[in-house]
Amino acid sequence: MISLPTLWFIVLAFLWTGYLFLEGFDLGVGMLMKLMGRTEKDRRVMLNTIGPVWDGNEVWLITAGAMTFATFPLWYAALFSALYIPLVFVLLGLIFRAVSIEYRGKHNDDRWRSRWDWAMALGSFVSAFGVGAALALTTTGLPLNENGDRVGGAFAWFNGYAVLGGFAVVAFCLVHACAFLALKTRGDIEVRARRAVVRWLPLGVLPMAAWAIVVQLQNGKALTLIPLVIAVAAVVLAWITARRGREGWSFTWMGLFLVAGVVTIFASLYPNVLPSTLDPAWSLTVDNASSSDYTLTVISWVSLFGLPLVVLYQGWTYWVFRKRITAASIPAAHTVNAQ
Amino acid sequence: MEALDIARWQFGITTVYHFLMVPLTIGLGLVVATLQTMWVRTGKEQYLRMTKFWGKLFLINFIMGVATGLVQEFQFGMAWSEYSRFVGDVFGAPLALESLLAFFTESVFLGLWIFGWNRLPKKLHLATIWIATLASVLSAYFILAANSWMQHPVGVEMVDGRPVLNDIWAVLTNNTLLVAFPHQITAALSVAGGFLLGIAWFHLWKRRRDGIDTVNADGTVTVGSRPETGRDTTDHSVWIKSLRIGAVVAMISFAGTAITGDLQGKLMFDQQPMKMAAAEAACHDGTSFSILSVGDVGAKNCDDVTAVIEVPGLLSFLANNDFDTEVKGVNTLIPEYQEAYGTHIPDDPKYGEQAGTEIDYLPVMSVTYWGFRIMIGFGGVAAVAAAAALWVTRKGTVPASKWLMRLAVFGILAPFGANSAGWIFTEMGRQPFVVAPNPSFTGIDQVFMFTASAVSPGVSRAELLFSLAAFVLVYLALLIVEVRLLFKFTRGGVPSAMPELLHGDGHDGGSSGGMDSAGGDDGSGSDGSGGTTKTKQPDDVLGFAY
Ligand code: HDD
Ligand code: HEM
Ligand code: HEM
Repeated sequence: MISLPTLWFIVLAFLWTGYLFLEGFDLGVGMLMKLMGRTEKDRRVMLNTIGPVWDGNEVWLITAGAMTFATFPLWYAALFSALYIPLVFVLLGLIFRAVSIEYRGKHNDDRWRSRWDWAMALGSFVSAFGVGAALALTTTGLPLNENGDRVGGAFAWFNGYAVLGGFAVVAFCLVHACAFLALKTRGDIEVRARRAVVRWLPLGVLPMAAWAIVVQLQNGKALTLIPLVIAVAAVVLAWITARRGREGWSFTWMGLFLVAGVVTIFASLYPNVLPSTLDPAWSLTVDNASSSDYTLTVISWVSLFGLPLVVLYQGWTYWVFRKRITAASIPAAHTVNAQ
Repeated sequence: MEALDIARWQFGITTVYHFLMVPLTIGLGLVVATLQTMWVRTGKEQYLRMTKFWGKLFLINFIMGVATGLVQEFQFGMAWSEYSRFVGDVFGAPLALESLLAFFTESVFLGLWIFGWNRLPKKLHLATIWIATLASVLSAYFILAANSWMQHPVGVEMVDGRPVLNDIWAVLTNNTLLVAFPHQITAALSVAGGFLLGIAWFHLWKRRRDGIDTVNADGTVTVGSRPETGRDTTDHSVWIKSLRIGAVVAMISFAGTAITGDLQGKLMFDQQPMKMAAAEAACHDGTSFSILSVGDVGAKNCDDVTAVIEVPGLLSFLANNDFDTEVKGVNTLIPEYQEAYGTHIPDDPKYGEQAGTEIDYLPVMSVTYWGFRIMIGFGGVAAVAAAAALWVTRKGTVPASKWLMRLAVFGILAPFGANSAGWIFTEMGRQPFVVAPNPSFTGIDQVFMFTASAVSPGVSRAELLFSLAAFVLVYLALLIVEVRLLFKFTRGGVPSAMPELLHGDGHDGGSSGGMDSAGGDDGSGSDGSGGTTKTKQPDDVLGFAY
């Protein structure tokens, strides 16, 4: 039997995987609004591929955060306060993203829409980068003192790993979103997205693979080589299938790459949850950072029913909105006039 | 300003801001779901239009609630890490349950509702808005569970100086929660009531001004029609119905807040006597409730405050259901608190710059005193105005007066003000504690935490100042955008949510509008539906959304 804190470490890894997988393509589509959408119709096609689902996808992040609070309060407190500045940017990015999706179509005016498209592209970029940096730093460690507080000032967290993690998530999101768009649209966007997957996939997965390898080298175990190999194999398959125009498969392999990559990273980290770079004795671990067994039991029971239910109805939403979107299905913009 | 003060301002500002959106989301969500139910049951065009119009405004507001809620979830860890460490074992649980059980449901089903108009069967589509709305009510329940625990900690034992959860059920049935929850839901409904009332009034007034509806000498109303602008006779019934529903909701919900608020008062007397005294700005023990006082209500010296209007016995009634219970004043309470919880913050390095400072047990009384009165006053004024509105519009339209119209529109703000004031009172009345000790609960009396020791020790002033400035600027800008959009879509009337009305095919009272006519799915699906010949309605699924 694994202990409850270990179980929750696994569940949190699952929540982060779910977040990166689902919001990964939302964030990517957000960034691509300015990179791939050439005409207004293009951009609306892109936006509407994520329209019904993006908010549900974002809740994976909220849940990962809240579950960390509930199950590993010391991890939550140390990580979030240490990364104060980057998280402020993540929050601002997410705010602008959310608002731009809802508001961009509310005035029939090109300048208005273009501004919100920028807000969306930059917001997506900043939040993806920040989340990546935060995740990378929780695996490579932060300068924490005995109490779990950051020492060394507001930017003491900054190092190459933060940058690597940031680029890893950004690049993954971009490629993942192209794979997603190839699957969800018909017409110009589909063609462009498909081409982009073939061209950029090898480059796009590189930083995430590098991150997994770094963590593996630092404190990996023989066992974590298995998911690492799976991840590499999945990338190769994703690329091959993309070249053959099998976008469904290529999207699936990208997903597997993500899962295997995250498993590698989290499994190498275990039993630490947040290493201290100052003194290994101060590292937060599965055992010293978790909530009491009673609390973990309560949350476990609720999640045992709650999480499958979420996966079920969220899956159903994707089924309801499974049709591809084309420029023809986009109606003319609304003009709202005062009566 | 010290780091502590900046962190407090930031928490207060971001939370009060979040709480401008939340009650409208909860209240309007319930209203929209009810309207759609009426449409599904009766098939009447007017209910469809009401659903779509109020639904559009609901969505414009909803998104801001989401955007600002994110900040709330993160900032416990960011700015209040000592707090998170201290309470994490118990406080995290309701937050986790909230996101797993409420936020997921709400956001997924709202997505289904927005995009599902033409895709889902009618009844299933109706179910999606109910599920989303009830999930938002559930989210209020969980977050209030978290907050009520800070007002009245239960279900825990102290282990190594930290409260450890030992009874989740006690946390979820905390008596503070059981009264705060209905109080909050009714408060949210009063926001929705005022919102419907004010906007509907505006449109009825506009119809009169534009000469569509006329009032005869004997007061009867002749309803006119101008279909090319979407303002036909159904449009009139949309507004008069909305106005009446809004007024009734505002009145009933005020009664609800009064009843539940009275129960909250009794618990507060029990659990947080200092907050009670601060609500009355009373330095001496007493029994009467003042409606208006002059002088410096923040002073500990009784000579500085003169109650101008006083209701004898009311304070006792609020506290204990009789007319002669002596409610303790702050001068009696301060020594009691000092005895129980000490006079100084412990001289422990983990309290940083706050270590060893003296504790001021007195909340900012000018805030608590006026906060309490603004909450009740604004709520009450809105309810009285709603009753008056029902009377004035009984014949079917509003008076032609421009000033009355302005008053009705401005009145929308009153319940918002009452909500914010109520929270500011609750939260500031709890100071200097962030987790209030709980005198009537034996065994775990020692569960409490000073706000001064809750802030993140590792986060610098500069970081907090930066984030405070960033949030304030962004929030301000977004508030302007949101309000302008709300104005724009309000002015546009029903066609802003149903543009097909302007294309002349929506005003034949009997039809159920764009819903059935827009015909299935419009995109060429992956299975290639090139054969569809149906012309697309402008208001197809995507048009309704983005
Ligand atoms: C439209 C809004 C509204 C209206 C009309 C009222 N309230 Fe209220 N009140 C709130 C909105 C609110 C609130 C914002 O929702 C609070 C803050 C915390 C809470 O649970 O509800 C609140 C808190 C609150 C508390 C504090 C509980 C605590 O700190 O533990 C008391 C004692 C009352 N209310 C009492 C009343 C009474 C006697 C009212 C009589 C009419 C009343 N309220 C009307
Ligand atoms: C139910 C969820 C809530 C929780 C868990 C909560 C918790 C907190 C915490 C941790 C603080 C910081 C410590 C402090 O300064 O006291 C605080 C302060 C504050 N909160 Fe709440 N709060 C909640 C809801 C609200 C709401 C809805 C509002 C207003 C609309 C509000 C208004 C404030 C204000 C004004 C302060 C600053 C008080 C001060 O520092 O003097 N809170 N609350
Ligand atoms: C400080 C405490 C609070 C936290 C941590 C918090 C957190 C959040 C978050 C993360 C969201 C966005 C969810 C989404 O993406 O769908 C949200 C929205 C919401 N919150 Fe808060 N909130 C707080 C205070 C409150 C209070 C006091 C209430 C009600 C009594 C409330 C009720 C809601 C509701 C109904 C929503 C969904 C509707 C909307 O998004 O506007 N919240 N909150």
